[in-house]
Amino acid sequence: MPGFLPENVATLAIDFSYLLVAFLFIMGLKAMSSPVTARRGIVVAGFGMLIGTLMSFLYPGMGNFPLMLAAIAIGGGLAWWSGRIVAMTDMPQMIALYNGMGGGAAAAIAAVELLRMASAEPAATHGPVVTALAAAGAFIGAVSFSGSLVAFGKLQGLIKRSFRFKGQQFVNLVIVAATLALGASIVIAGHPTMQTVVLFFALALLLGITMTLPIGGADMPVVISLYNAFTGLAVAFEGFVLENAAMIIAGIVVGSAGTLLTQLMAKAMNRSLGNVLFSGFGEGPAAAAEGVTGALKPIEPSDAGVMMAFAQKVIVIPGYGMAVAQAQHKVWELCQLLIDKGVMVRFAIHPVAGRMPGHMNVLLAEAGVPYDLISDLDEINAEFETADVALVIGANDVVNPVARTDKSSPIYGMPILNADKAKNVLVVKRGQGAGFSGIENHLFYLDNTRMVYGDAQKVAAELIHAIKAVG
Amino acid sequence: MEGVIAIYIVMLAAFTGYEIIAKVPVILHTPLMSGSNFVHGIVLVGAMVALGRADTVLEQVIGFVGVVLGAGNAVGGYVVTERMLQMFKASGQKKKESA
Repeated sequence: MPGFLPENVATLAIDFSYLLVAFLFIMGLKAMSSPVTARRGIVVAGFGMLIGTLMSFLYPGMGNFPLMLAAIAIGGGLAWWSGRIVAMTDMPQMIALYNGMGGGAAAAIAAVELLRMASAEPAATHGPVVTALAAAGAFIGAVSFSGSLVAFGKLQGLIKRSFRFKGQQFVNLVIVAATLALGASIVIAGHPTMQTVVLFFALALLLGITMTLPIGGADMPVVISLYNAFTGLAVAFEGFVLENAAMIIAGIVVGSAGTLLTQLMAKAMNRSLGNVLFSGFGEGPAAAAEGVTGALKPIEPSDAGVMMAFAQKVIVIPGYGMAVAQAQHKVWELCQLLIDKGVMVRFAIHPVAGRMPGHMNVLLAEAGVPYDLISDLDEINAEFETADVALVIGANDVVNPVARTDKSSPIYGMPILNADKAKNVLVVKRGQGAGFSGIENHLFYLDNTRMVYGDAQKVAAELIHAIKAVG
Repeated sequence: MEGVIAIYIVMLAAFTGYEIIAKVPVILHTPLMSGSNFVHGIVLVGAMVALGRADTVLEQVIGFVGVVLGAGNAVGGYVVTERMLQMFKASGQKKKESA
């Protein structure tokens, strides 16, 4: 079918537009790496995406335009709607979801190519290198697709528990080996059978599921970031197959940036990537309450409020519990009240607090907390010794001193916020259960720790009330 | 695409990605992950080509699904990133009138 333009003109125009797309993407990402220019960055990158999409309609030999427009309207419309209505606290799982869609799209491209080869049209065959790239992209994209969907399900609360069984890693290894063997057979055969291709995709999808199911919620940020890098690579591989420069450059940039980001996150938890993926974090009931001395000592919010009102320095440690309770606005209101009273207030953010690095920063920014009050782990840890109150709001594992002391603990070696060094520790927590990792938190049993039970938003409101009563 | 040139492209793009992330403050990690998530939404373009050149019904179905997913990645990634970064604009010295 003839395109809108003569073939050579169209190809040239598309090639140059992709150059522009790559340029805009890189400039956009660069701008996103500074808070001042970040907002401009996404607009620049978005402009690039728009150009790339519009120009791609000009490809020579294209058909199925009504289908294409319908698909863009459906996919884009649903994503636009869901992205608009989702609460800020649910952002991590939405990123996982959209990322999975990208991986699925890359796998779909590969599926069309591989199936065309299976249909044994001589004209449709590729050389072994291109076939290998198509298969590799299919593999990575499919794993990213199903894995990201599982991550989404877990964070969204659709999948409640981590599924683990004996020999799980062995089963995963077998699936990896079988998938790779099938992929190799496709490359070698050149004309794979339909069954081989279908089985190949089925196994890759299964691997994404079995790989992600055992991973606990605390590790999800790392996993989502890893799948983000995966999707980037898959997109780049399919870019080679389609000889599409924009896909290659964008995919590789995301692949390398995502890999680095994943490493930074894993490092923040003092764990290797392999450890995150294969350790079966918090496995077994061994960690249950061993070596805990003392008791949990509850305190009324009114007393806790008085304690803070007369403090000189309060360090707030927000965690996922604050996100769940949507308490960031109330917490900031509370802190403003304290600041007005002359109390020095700081926010301490652990690199993996919440479900993503920077998750807490995003929420605090939403509530209007200025940057200069927010410190990360390295900056603030020395300051706990001079703090009168460490207010832990819905954070757990990131303040567990066990990480420093107990070698047998799964979180041993993870850098933590030294809340236990503060003169008083107030822990706002919904109930008496352990954290996401299932490890008992020794901080809660310390002599200078008091527990304030309740929903973070409600407790913050009660604390505000109490401090106002002090006058 | 010529093999060697392709390798050049990969190498330079990989360095670019590394450089972009290496100097980013932790505070922007989530928006940037979201932003890079948006960028690989360019897969939409490839899915469009795959669908545009599909001949059989099966290819059309897979291509259609690919375009739906790719468009979801691109649009969803943009909306979510834009919303997140909007809040960063509001913070700083000038506080947003928070509820």
